[in-house]
Amino acid sequence: MDSLKGYANNILYINLRTGKTKTEPLGEEMARKFLGGAGFGIKMITDYQRPTTDAFDSENPIVFSCGTFCGMMVPGSASKWGVAAKSPQSQGLGESYSTGFFGAELRRAGYDIVMVTGKAERPSYLYLEDDSVQILDASHLWGKHNWDTEDAIKSDLGDPGVRVASIGPAGENLVRFSAIINDRLRAAGRTGMGAVMGSKNLKAVAVRGFNDVEVADIDGFKELALEIYEKSRGPATEKYRGLGTAANVLTLNKQAAIPTRNWQDAVFEKADKISGEALNEMYVEKIQGCDSCGMRCEHVGVVREGPFKGAIGRVEYEPTYAFGSCTGVDRPDAIIRAVQLSDLYGTDALSTGVVVAFAMEAYEKGIITKKDTGGIELEFGNAEGMCDMIKKIALREDIGDLLAEGVERAAAKLGKGSEKFAMHIKGVEMTGYDVRGLKTCALGYAVSRRGADHQRHGAYGPDLKGTVDRFKAEKGRGELVMDGEDLYSVIDSLIICKFSRGIWDYDSYAKMYTLATGIPMTAEEMRRCGERISNLAKIYNLREGIGREKDTLPIRCMTDPIKSGIAKGSLVTQEELDLLLDDYYETRGWSKEGIPSETKLKELGLENYTEHLKGLRGTDTKKKTTKKD
Amino acid sequence: MAKVNKFVSCDPDLCTGCTVCEYACSLEKDGVFNPIRSRIRAVRVYPSGNLAIACRMCEDAPCVIACPRDALQQSEKDGHIIVDEDKCNGCGWCVEACDFGAITVGPNRIAIVCDLCDDEPECIEVCPVEALSLQSRETAARKSRINSTVSRILAAEASEVDK
Repeated sequence: MDSLKGYANNILYINLRTGKTKTEPLGEEMARKFLGGAGFGIKMITDYQRPTTDAFDSENPIVFSCGTFCGMMVPGSASKWGVAAKSPQSQGLGESYSTGFFGAELRRAGYDIVMVTGKAERPSYLYLEDDSVQILDASHLWGKHNWDTEDAIKSDLGDPGVRVASIGPAGENLVRFSAIINDRLRAAGRTGMGAVMGSKNLKAVAVRGFNDVEVADIDGFKELALEIYEKSRGPATEKYRGLGTAANVLTLNKQAAIPTRNWQDAVFEKADKISGEALNEMYVEKIQGCDSCGMRCEHVGVVREGPFKGAIGRVEYEPTYAFGSCTGVDRPDAIIRAVQLSDLYGTDALSTGVVVAFAMEAYEKGIITKKDTGGIELEFGNAEGMCDMIKKIALREDIGDLLAEGVERAAAKLGKGSEKFAMHIKGVEMTGYDVRGLKTCALGYAVSRRGADHQRHGAYGPDLKGTVDRFKAEKGRGELVMDGEDLYSVIDSLIICKFSRGIWDYDSYAKMYTLATGIPMTAEEMRRCGERISNLAKIYNLREGIGREKDTLPIRCMTDPIKSGIAKGSLVTQEELDLLLDDYYETRGWSKEGIPSETKLKELGLENYTEHLKGLRGTDTKKKTTKKD
Repeated sequence: MAKVNKFVSCDPDLCTGCTVCEYACSLEKDGVFNPIRSRIRAVRVYPSGNLAIACRMCEDAPCVIACPRDALQQSEKDGHIIVDEDKCNGCGWCVEACDFGAITVGPNRIAIVCDLCDDEPECIEVCPVEALSLQSRETAARKSRINSTVSRILAAEASEVDK
């Protein structure tokens, strides 16, 4: 197919139960309307998953997709890949993105999308080498951690050029917040995609590709790419090249927005010790890049001495929050070790930290005891205890077995008021922005399609930059969140590195898209794609039973005010949240219950999905917002 | 006397392993993106060792010697390896002879190796961190001498301060 460049124009379907595989062309319409990455993933699971299937049902499909620019010389984009499936945490949309070198290899192997259904009879892994698709035995890999798995597969196949995305023991044990790890330091972490692989007996996907990746307009493409490379060395990305996101530790601490000791506070008195400055100075040995990156941000931290000697991990703000302030741990070496353990065992570092912090609070309140923890004195700040708990969770030992279910399910089982400090939205553990004093951000978190998440909207931006009054809930925030969501839907579909979002705009996205694929695209059409993908994600969630009542915040954010710092006394009340939600739904063109109108669907070319919303519409007037006290 | 050939050299301290050099090379040479068409290849040794490798323009190049069909020849002008595409059958003896992995057999079953892009290598042009440069062994050694001397002086000064 000559008209469609860039894309491999190929979807691969694999059924692990029958062992059957088939391919199908991607088609220009799919490309133009859904772009890649997030768009492809959400579209595929909406179309191919039977409504309300359980996440661990063997027929629940898991979809691996390339970003539009995989395998091309586009700054921070050549190796971005995504994975989507029903989430074992939220039982709603699960999606996650990673980078490194896996995505480019997948595109070169000749695929835009790989959809896997069914459960293999025994542990297996996939090996895709161009046209050859093999389901191979992984019995010898079962139980191995991610780094060993990658090494073993490369050595079994006799090719160090093979790229591997695998799960560790956590995924095998169906830990609900399991990650998929590729290229050692890169994770598709959130929403438990690793556990979905585990439920299919799928240990890894290994890829090797030798096909050319062609672009439609070579000269134009090269010119624009080089222009963006130039920008990627400029001031817009300086933060990521320098201290990295860990620079946020001190910034957010000063703003009283760094969740501390399981969100009991928002100021961490020992923030200095785990700051980006301290990490860079003492532990970061190399800052390296992913495939085609012109910026580089991967801060590799190495511990040379002390109890965590030998630990290697990638340093970022979010794990520093999760394994640092959130657990009250003030040791960077312990944070690096905890990140490494998450990579090895294959858990989402973010969720893991919050789960451990939850257990710490439960321990200090006497809800769980030393007997439950297998002898660990699990108080806040216990660095070694934290690291031991990560292993226990991955292997489901002692209380780890319960914690492996995530804080929502663990709290439901433990009771005794622990629900009040289970920090999650839609079953997905919170990320590191204290939304009590960031009201736009709070709305973004509440409506986020994959549960608690700052990466679906970036709504902390206007709050922290001072564009709006961060302590006030008012009309207009809905639009900020919507614009952020639609933009991020585009970013996650083209899959451009979010750290380089400052050097792009809708115009350049559209231009690059056209130069690469030959499909004409304008900035406005590109924005429409974002809106379409956001709406389809909502349709999927509604179909799976996730409506307005789940667009909420953790109980603690609505009842316990921040104790210190400049945000002291802040929280988000139910009234404020309702105001924000109403505003957001209205701006979106959705009903009060958050259901997209038929007009909106038609406008976005999603009219085929009206069927999915039947039975939900028309009940709007009867349903009332659930009030929580 | 040995002729002083220049080659594309990579500074491992600066290299981030991003492989943009590979993309640029395959685009320049073949108009598509594919690392197996690239004359320079990036290597990452876990977790953080990075280096890009292109032809070193060896004197008495082992690849030339190894070729059973005399398809390879070394340019007298700048020392780069000239591949006679009619003679080359992609047997790969040259690949085995090269200690650096700098010569490979491309998808057309013809050996490919860095030709310095007429003295303006595209990879050097695009490297986002300026890790690549044209070096001769003499300039490379001179730079190393200067750098190591500077760092020794600095270390000595620092230990003086400590006292």
